[in-house]
Amino acid sequence: MTSSQVVQEVPMRRIAIFGGTHGNELSGVFLVKRWQEDGTEIQRPGLEVKPFMANPRAVEKCCRYIDCDLNRVFDADHLGMKVTDDTPYEVKRAQEINCMFGPKGGHKEAYDLIFDLHNTTANMGSTLILETTTNDFTIQLCNYIKDSLAPETCSVFLIEHPNLKYATTRSIAKYPVGVEVGPQPQGVLRADILDKMRKIVKHGLDFLHIFNTGKEFPPCTIEVYKITEKVDYPRNKNNEIIAVVHPNLQDQDWQPLSPGDPMFLTFEGKTIPYEGDSVIYPTFVNEAAYYEKNQAFIKTVKQKLSAKGVRACLS
Amino acid sequence: MAPIHYLPSLKHVAICGGTHGNEMSGIFLVKHWLRNPTELQRDTFHATPFLGNPRAVDKCVRYIDRDLNRTFSAEFLNSKDSDIESYEVQRTWEVNQIFGPKGSFQAYDFMFDLHNTTSNMGACLIVDSEHSLLPMHMCNYIQKHYTKSSCPIFLYQLPGEETYGISSVAKAALALELGPQPQGVLRADLLAQMQSIMACALDFTDLFNKGMLFPAFKIEAHKVAQRIDYPRYSDGEISAVVHPNLQDKDFLPLKPGDPIFQTVNGEPILYEGNDITYPAFINEAAYYEKKVAFVLMEKHTFSLPALQKKF
Repeated sequence: MTSSQVVQEVPMRRIAIFGGTHGNELSGVFLVKRWQEDGTEIQRPGLEVKPFMANPRAVEKCCRYIDCDLNRVFDADHLGMKVTDDTPYEVKRAQEINCMFGPKGGHKEAYDLIFDLHNTTANMGSTLILETTTNDFTIQLCNYIKDSLAPETCSVFLIEHPNLKYATTRSIAKYPVGVEVGPQPQGVLRADILDKMRKIVKHGLDFLHIFNTGKEFPPCTIEVYKITEKVDYPRNKNNEIIAVVHPNLQDQDWQPLSPGDPMFLTFEGKTIPYEGDSVIYPTFVNEAAYYEKNQAFIKTVKQKLSAKGVRACLS
Repeated sequence: MAPIHYLPSLKHVAICGGTHGNEMSGIFLVKHWLRNPTELQRDTFHATPFLGNPRAVDKCVRYIDRDLNRTFSAEFLNSKDSDIESYEVQRTWEVNQIFGPKGSFQAYDFMFDLHNTTSNMGACLIVDSEHSLLPMHMCNYIQKHYTKSSCPIFLYQLPGEETYGISSVAKAALALELGPQPQGVLRADLLAQMQSIMACALDFTDLFNKGMLFPAFKIEAHKVAQRIDYPRYSDGEISAVVHPNLQDKDFLPLKPGDPIFQTVNGEPILYEGNDITYPAFINEAAYYEKKVAFVLMEKHTFSLPALQKKF
């Protein structure tokens, strides 16, 4: 292997694990609370790992958010907004979080990596969420976690898109990684889902530790699902939903949906088929929190993502 | 031959969805029936659909100030104190006025109350007690005619306990509890199931009103015995989760020594009762705040006498 295929990176130093970015997604809430009391499980030599409750007021009330979705306000406008009495709680909280773990925009002071722990009501299994295609390090991290979890599957969801990408809480770190595990109802803590999330974090931290020791990770290629479009429910002129996700599509996250396949079922029992001209891979199918966002599911396409080798430059 | 019990016909029948504003199957069915009520019409009556807690439905939350399905007790119904600012208490009075008053002659004859649970309870039929003859006959009819899934019967009233649910406003009631479905989610399979069971229940009501004789029968039902909380730390935070072996096992036997919880360190906590019991509402989202991880039930077989309309 030639040295040009290996990217040298500075070792990782400061890592954060966010739980409760949404206050009713209980796996991350539960884990972060426990790790704040006893962090043995997430400690690794040479790494500072900080568990952090992102939206404590929403956690207290066991709801997604108080005023607005915290996981959508880490853009320049909201982070730079002047705080007044009317400023939504989550915007204030975003600014606090940006001061503590950022600032956003690749600054030196920002945390190296943030794992942001989420649950979904969709049958997505273990999922890692990446923000860009161009980052060798996070691709390598995903590759390591996927290999470590095998034969259990772990999908990688890529939200890079000119207008569908959203301003995530974790995006203030140099390397943002979303962890999404489902299906789990809001306000419920399932042992099996908790176990899956814990394993992802464990392998993720192991990767960072091994990387820091100077081990070289050779070039790799992973399969990812890239967001292409959001699909709303069929609605009447009063904006009321008039059809539900078709039973054939329900729980079929990451499975191919071909032109003509059933997509929705109206109250009158009429099937509405998928009318696109190519196979897509739906995800976030029937996610509770997305009804208000007018999303029944998200369309993705499969693609390969390659990363150069990475190695820590140890002085 | 055992005597036949005679009961008056059911003329005023209501169907409540959205008693809890984030249990979507009933909400969507009621909204659908409000637009298109033909499905609810039968020869002898037509049922009135309504949303129990419209403000909670708008916000897609269980309730605004307090659980509406716990406020239909004398304490709240009789407190005409205008200081009570709770939305649900005011709504209780409204519902009581329209469909009650509870315990009075004018009250509706029957109320259906449509719920969802995050627990794996299937198509559960909830009745206050085995002494409610007409609802028990209705359950028997549903079990015989709706055959796509079993419909276990849950009897919720503890001995000596006052009724407090919204449907207790009517003279008789049946609640449907369908799961598993996350709060705020509408699944096609559960929606169809609820729609079919309701059609079946309305058919029964119509046949009863027409004078059909429903013979005596024996039926299995689960009677609530005990509510079990999560293990908790001294600060009130839960310290263990429902054990994977128990998760989703509603209505299946739980034996002494079976694991019920799992601590953060992976250690099982075992069931220490002396007898086989039957759990339900295992890991229901709305019961965390009520400090209920699951309820334990006893399984009984009840004998019920024949029923016919009083002419």
